[in-house]
Amino acid sequence: MQELVEIRWHARAGQGAVTASKLLAETALLQGQYIQAMPEYGPERTGAPLKAYTRVSNERIELHNNIVHPDIVVILDDTLLPIIDVLEGIKEGGTVILNTALSAEEARAALKAPADLRVATVDASGIAVATIKRDIPNTPIVGALAEITGVVPVQALKDNLIKSFGKKFSQEVIDANLASVDRAVEEVKVA
Amino acid sequence: MSAITVFAGTGNNMVAEALRQAAPDVVAAYPITPQTTIVEGYAKFVADGRVHTELVNVESEHSALSACVGASAAGARVATATSSQGLALMWEELHIASGMRLPIVMANANRAISAPINIHGDHSDVMGARDSGWIIFFAETAQEAYDNTIISFPIAEDPAVSLPVLTTLDGFITTHAMERCELLDDATVKAYVGDRVPENPLIAGDKPVSHGMFASLGGTYFEVKKAERAAIDASPPVIQKYGDAWEKVCGRPFDFIDSFACEDADFILVMLGSAAGNARTVARELRAQGIKAGVLRVRVYRPFPADAVRAALKGAKAIGILDRSDSFGAQYGPLGLDVRAALYDLPQRIPTRNYVFGLGGADVTLETMHKAYAELAELASGTLDEGLSYLGTRG
Repeated sequence: MQELVEIRWHARAGQGAVTASKLLAETALLQGQYIQAMPEYGPERTGAPLKAYTRVSNERIELHNNIVHPDIVVILDDTLLPIIDVLEGIKEGGTVILNTALSAEEARAALKAPADLRVATVDASGIAVATIKRDIPNTPIVGALAEITGVVPVQALKDNLIKSFGKKFSQEVIDANLASVDRAVEEVKVA
Repeated sequence: MSAITVFAGTGNNMVAEALRQAAPDVVAAYPITPQTTIVEGYAKFVADGRVHTELVNVESEHSALSACVGASAAGARVATATSSQGLALMWEELHIASGMRLPIVMANANRAISAPINIHGDHSDVMGARDSGWIIFFAETAQEAYDNTIISFPIAEDPAVSLPVLTTLDGFITTHAMERCELLDDATVKAYVGDRVPENPLIAGDKPVSHGMFASLGGTYFEVKKAERAAIDASPPVIQKYGDAWEKVCGRPFDFIDSFACEDADFILVMLGSAAGNARTVARELRAQGIKAGVLRVRVYRPFPADAVRAALKGAKAIGILDRSDSFGAQYGPLGLDVRAALYDLPQRIPTRNYVFGLGGADVTLETMHKAYAELAELASGTLDEGLSYLGTRG
């Protein structure tokens, strides 16, 4: 893996982006990586656009600022596309992962993504409603991210879900989350 | 043999753990963003029986530190945590704690001061406590916030020091970002911090004493203050001793300053806190281009390590001092004044610029560090004058 991978998350408050940014970081830590995860704090209002960040590296991470040139951008809500410049500063050859019912080709057009970017789509909300019974798309989208980018192995993510969710949630909830990861891994498409 | 737990934690998680492991008898605190999760985490430790502390929920920060003063005078090991307006509200008691030579350990989540209201990270709050006689640490990372908090207890409680300690970390940037953290086992930390042995406790001693007496004309007040000055001036060897002892336990280096590539550097940026990693990142980029850049971070801010700072900076062609607060109406910001005063004792004069940056949590981009280094090159060549400027504002 490359030395430092920087991931920016776009979501609306309440969709679990902060949890997702930390879930990914924790999983990478268990893989022996150095990590950083932080939300951009502001007035917290459910539904308001927010950003969160994750850094993963083989070496100690010294940077303590917002991520302005991400390798990966994850968007948990496609209604943000008309109002937020989600691709701002993304590195050449970077990856965009979008929670949407659109096809990967339609998403590429909606994002106005340059040809060098990889665009991946997954209906994480649909999967979440079917498995977790609530539109909390964070767990499935981290599954899609693991599958597409390999920042963490999918199995490591599932192991960590069992470990960290095991402290707070019932077996039923954990199983639903694991099922959401499996479905996202299966259904994520790249254009 | 010590055991280490590696986990993903925030700076506030790490401060709460450090406090738990030092096991104060009394914690009196009031919540304020972004300190809240320290006390919240600590309250959970108490509720879960993981630490035996009298946790006092008070109605304000003024009361929090007042309760700490009473408990510390009684002979207890005492800790608290605050931030911003909370630290400002403690101003009376800050001086009472140091004047009464009470070894209270207080964590501060560094945050802007109103107005305008802002919950984010800068050093304006701590600088209000700068002259209050507390020993002051600035952490760069969550890990260092843990280390600084642990070493604060034996330093504060050493009879040769007997002063309160403020152990600070930058609001949100360090308090709330999740990082890779190493936690030592409880027994190792317990053995390191030892127990407080109070010299003249109000209770638990066998002779009756009074604390905080009236000291008016006749010179007593004056002499007590002279003793306070002598105590903080004499504290560096004690700070170094406990820092070195902790370095042996945890394997992480301890020094008053953290010097990066300053030995042969032409251009050095000096700062406190979490921004130093960004400066080092840019310094490495510049060194790859043949520009000799260095970074000096001050970890122990009070007592100010003037000799070490001067020694680290003496070979530079130009120095930029970054202040995450301002001292309005003064010639420079707080760190700017400290560093320039330290440089006065050099035989040669090195030009400096003072930059106020990152106020109210304004993001410290790598571009701002590049800009500062570029200005130092102009300063050294004489095309830019000395002075103070704000770095990273829109206008």
